[in-house]
Formats: sequence, structure tokens, C-alpha cells
Amino acid sequence: MKKAIALVDCNNFYASCERLFNPSIKKRPVIVLSNNDGCIVARSEEAKEIGLPFASPYFKVKHIADKHGAAVFSSNYTLYADISRRVMQVLSFFAPEMEIYSIDEAFLSLAGMNCDFTEYGRKIKKTVYKWTGIPVSVGIASTKTLAKCANHLAKKDRSITGGVLDLTCCDTGPFLEKADIGNIWGIGPAYASKLRERGVYTAADFITLDEKWVKSSMTIMGLRTLLELKGRPCISLDDAPPPKKGIVTSKSFGRLTDSLQEMEQAVSSFASRCSEKLRAQRGFASVVTVFIMTDRFKEMPQYADSLSASLPEATANTPVIIRYSIELLRRLYREGYRYKKCGVMLSGIVTGNNLQMNLFLDKGYRGEPVLMNTVDSINRVYGSGTLFYASSGIEKPWGMRRELLSPAYTTKWSDIVEIGG
Amino acid sequence: MKPEFFRNISVRGAEFPLFVVRVPAGFPSPADDYIENTLDLNDFLIEHPAATFFVRVTGDSMTGAGINSGDILIVDRALTPRSGSIVVAILNGEFTVKRLSCVNGKIFLLPENPAYDPIEITDGSGFEVWGVVAHVIHTVR
Repeated sequence: MKKAIALVDCNNFYASCERLFNPSIKKRPVIVLSNNDGCIVARSEEAKEIGLPFASPYFKVKHIADKHGAAVFSSNYTLYADISRRVMQVLSFFAPEMEIYSIDEAFLSLAGMNCDFTEYGRKIKKTVYKWTGIPVSVGIASTKTLAKCANHLAKKDRSITGGVLDLTCCDTGPFLEKADIGNIWGIGPAYASKLRERGVYTAADFITLDEKWVKSSMTIMGLRTLLELKGRPCISLDDAPPPKKGIVTSKSFGRLTDSLQEMEQAVSSFASRCSEKLRAQRGFASVVTVFIMTDRFKEMPQYADSLSASLPEATANTPVIIRYSIELLRRLYREGYRYKKCGVMLSGIVTGNNLQMNLFLDKGYRGEPVLMNTVDSINRVYGSGTLFYASSGIEKPWGMRRELLSPAYTTKWSDIVEIGG
Repeated sequence: MKPEFFRNISVRGAEFPLFVVRVPAGFPSPADDYIENTLDLNDFLIEHPAATFFVRVTGDSMTGAGINSGDILIVDRALTPRSGSIVVAILNGEFTVKRLSCVNGKIFLLPENPAYDPIEITDGSGFEVWGVVAHVIHTVR
């Protein structure tokens, strides 16, 4: 039985979502900005062509965007999540097994299917576009890493591939020569530059390396990547990722602030979000870190620092994590600065069975797991933030700035599209 | 990163109990007096949830087809548009709702109100069918 995996990836996903409900911007460059309208996080093809770089701060390239009449949007995560759900639902019709890899990517297992994969990939692409209006690219290969590669090439050479590339039936060699080492799934920027120093520029160069050397200098993960590129599956579908080593919640303030009280609210709200994420992966954190910083793009006194506390016992209890976070913030805070951003990080994460109990700990410290579960399930059903800690503040003047936000077209009755009839 | 999923578009509180009893006259039989099932408007109105979108109409060009200004259309993108389908189309960068008509190789968008003229699609570049209208929600209050 031929093993085949498809990676389906939405093209310029956020920009495509904005276009779906706004036909007037079909031919204009479209860009989407990160939280607080800071940096460019998504670009349509036209926006790439006029040279708007990914991740650049918007204010630095605004003149280019204005000159070309680009349509600019704040991130509308409610809309993107709903469209993502629709795309994933359509994809689920095409394979018995599927792994949602990110908001705009999914792996589908095509194992045992007896068909022309290129034809099947085109059918997937056509159906997703018809049903949801989102253009996708499809890469098909014998391993996940090769499927990623195929997808990348399908996108890059769209005029030849039509957005679909199947590598299962042919020699992958010529394709690997076209795959830049920096674009290989599992090879980060640090390894990529290390490899380039050794003359390894493409995936084709990489697979000629000695397996032992790769294992010793790039760990077992590097070896898995190598074997996968050679067509030997090492990463299975839905391979549950190990618990995250660190969980971070951090956001820029909507406006600069020098108020300790506002920052305490922000830190408290980030701490509770972190704790929620921690509980969702059934982890317990042993270390809490808080960091704060001023706006490095502005000419004003600059200050940035972070501070960590190791907890007497690993915990997933929100009040405990909030208490430590606020205490850390108070020690970090300096008067006379205007702050732009702060964040909370949980690390030293262990799972329940690796939990080291502290014999001398007051019972009150541990808190009630039942309470946490109740809060989490209420927030899951009635929407995030239904129940929150008073220390997070109610008005949240430090909240996110999203001045260019499009309507919640698919999730709010008052925001649905109006159509001339 | 795993996406956070929002629940499906749901018509809240749309579960109406379905009674199997008929009451032509007289008293209903107590034996029939149980709740058989609940009716979910989603089952009735939404065939392809992933492909279904709601839009609101402004304007009166389709009153003859029972589509009035302020009505909500249930648009199913999974349906294939045919001659005669009522569609949401994109014309020169704007949404419009009209009846699609294909006659002798020509494509028209037909209004259903004598005050408006049919539109012939001569240049395909600015034209696209966005989705097929499956139902109209008209509030009579």
C-alpha cells in the first residue's frame, strides 16, 4: 500500500478571508496587521509584489501601502477562526484521517487510496474554494516533511503546478534541489545558517549528509527530518506534540501606559490566560516569568526587564499564578517610563504524573482544582472571558487597538454582509 | 498552533418540540401526548453548514421573487448555480442578488421588479457567482 500524505495550506489566509466579504478589494493589495495594528502578518500576492515585507512595522511601510491603494485590516481573529473551521470541515470529507496543524494548514492521510493524487488534489482545491471561497495549495508526498516541501513548491511555481504538486509518483531529487534549506519543515533559522556555512543550501544537499553527524549535531529531530526527506516516514499523523516547554501570553497595550494599576490588570489577565492554556494541556508550571518593556520605536527613555519566580510546588491554579505574576511586576516596575508591552511566561512545565509534591506546603496554596475546571468549562461554553478575575480589571483601558477591524461577518447577526438587491 | 474553534452558526433556541398529535376537533388523546422529537431549523435550512453564509438584502429589485429589503438570505456556496437560480453575484466589485439566466450562450442577471432592467454580462472579468440563495428569511412583524 502506497503511503501518501497531503498538506493543504490556505493561500495568504487572513488576506483571503478579508477578500471573501469585500469584493471591492479583489484586485487591490491586501495586508493584515498584528495586534495593536503593529506589524504586517498577512499579505495578498499583490501586496508581496509591491514589496511590502512580512513582519515589518506598519508605520515604516505605510507610505508604500498608501501609494498603491492597499486595503489594510486589523486582525479579525473571530472571522479567521470561523472560516478556518469551515475549511477544515470541507477537508475532512476528503480523508479518513486528518491532522489540523494550524489555523490554515492540515495534513490529510491519503493512504490506501487508489487514485490519481494530482487529480484528487485538484478536486480538494476546487471544492474548498467553491464551498468557502478560500484558495488553497496542496502538496502530496510519502512523508509529512516532503508534503510540506511539495506544498511550498506548488505555491512557488503556481503557474506550472496550478497550486497542486504530487511527489509520490516521481523522483523527488529535482524538486529537493529547488527547496531552500531555510524553508524545510523542522529546520529553524539557527540550523539553516549553520548548514549554509557547511555548504548545505537545499534539501538535496541536506540528504547527502551523514546520518550520524546529523543526529549528533541536530539531535534526533534533525535525523527525523533527514529520513523524512529521503521518503522514510518518521512523523506520523497526529503525533501528539510533547507538552510545550513554555507558555507565553503577551500583548502590546493599545496605548502607552505608566500606570502600575493598569499594568497589574494586564499581567493578571495574561496570567489567567496562561493558566488556562496550561490546564488545557494538563500541565503544571514550576516557574513564572514576567517581562515588561517600553516602546523601542519611540524616542523616549527605554527600559525592559524580566524577572522569574520558582514556585514552591508546580501548579495550574490561576489565583496562585496571578499572585506571583503581580508580585514580580511590582518588583520590575520603575516609575518615569511609559510602557508598551508586558507578558507572562510559564515554564518548567510537568505533567500530573511527574508532579513533585511539597511536603511543607500549606494546603490553601494548592487551591481547588474543581473550581478551575468549572471556570474553564463555563468560559468554554459561554465564551472566553465570561468568568474572569477582578484583578484583571473590567474596563481594560490597556486593551488591544484594532482601528481597522472588519466586521464579524459570520459570527454576529448585526455584522452580516449587506447586499444590494 | 492549534486553532481555537468557534461553534457552528446556530439559530439559538431554535429547538421546537414536535408533537405528533393532530387536533382536528375534540380532545387530543393522552396517549399521543408525548414529545417525539425536537425540530432544529438548521436541519431544515442548512444542507451544507461549512458552505452556508447569511447576508442581508437592501433594495427592492427582487421583490417579485419574495425578497424584500431587510430580509436575510441563506446562501449555500456548495450548490451549483444554474439558469434560473437566484444568486449572490459579484459585479464590478459589488455584491448583488439577482436571478441568473443563461439563454443562447448569453448570461443575464435578471431583477424581479419591473422598475429595474436586466443586466447582460458582456465582460466576464468583473463577474462572479458568489453563492446560490437557498432560502429567504422574511420577518412579518
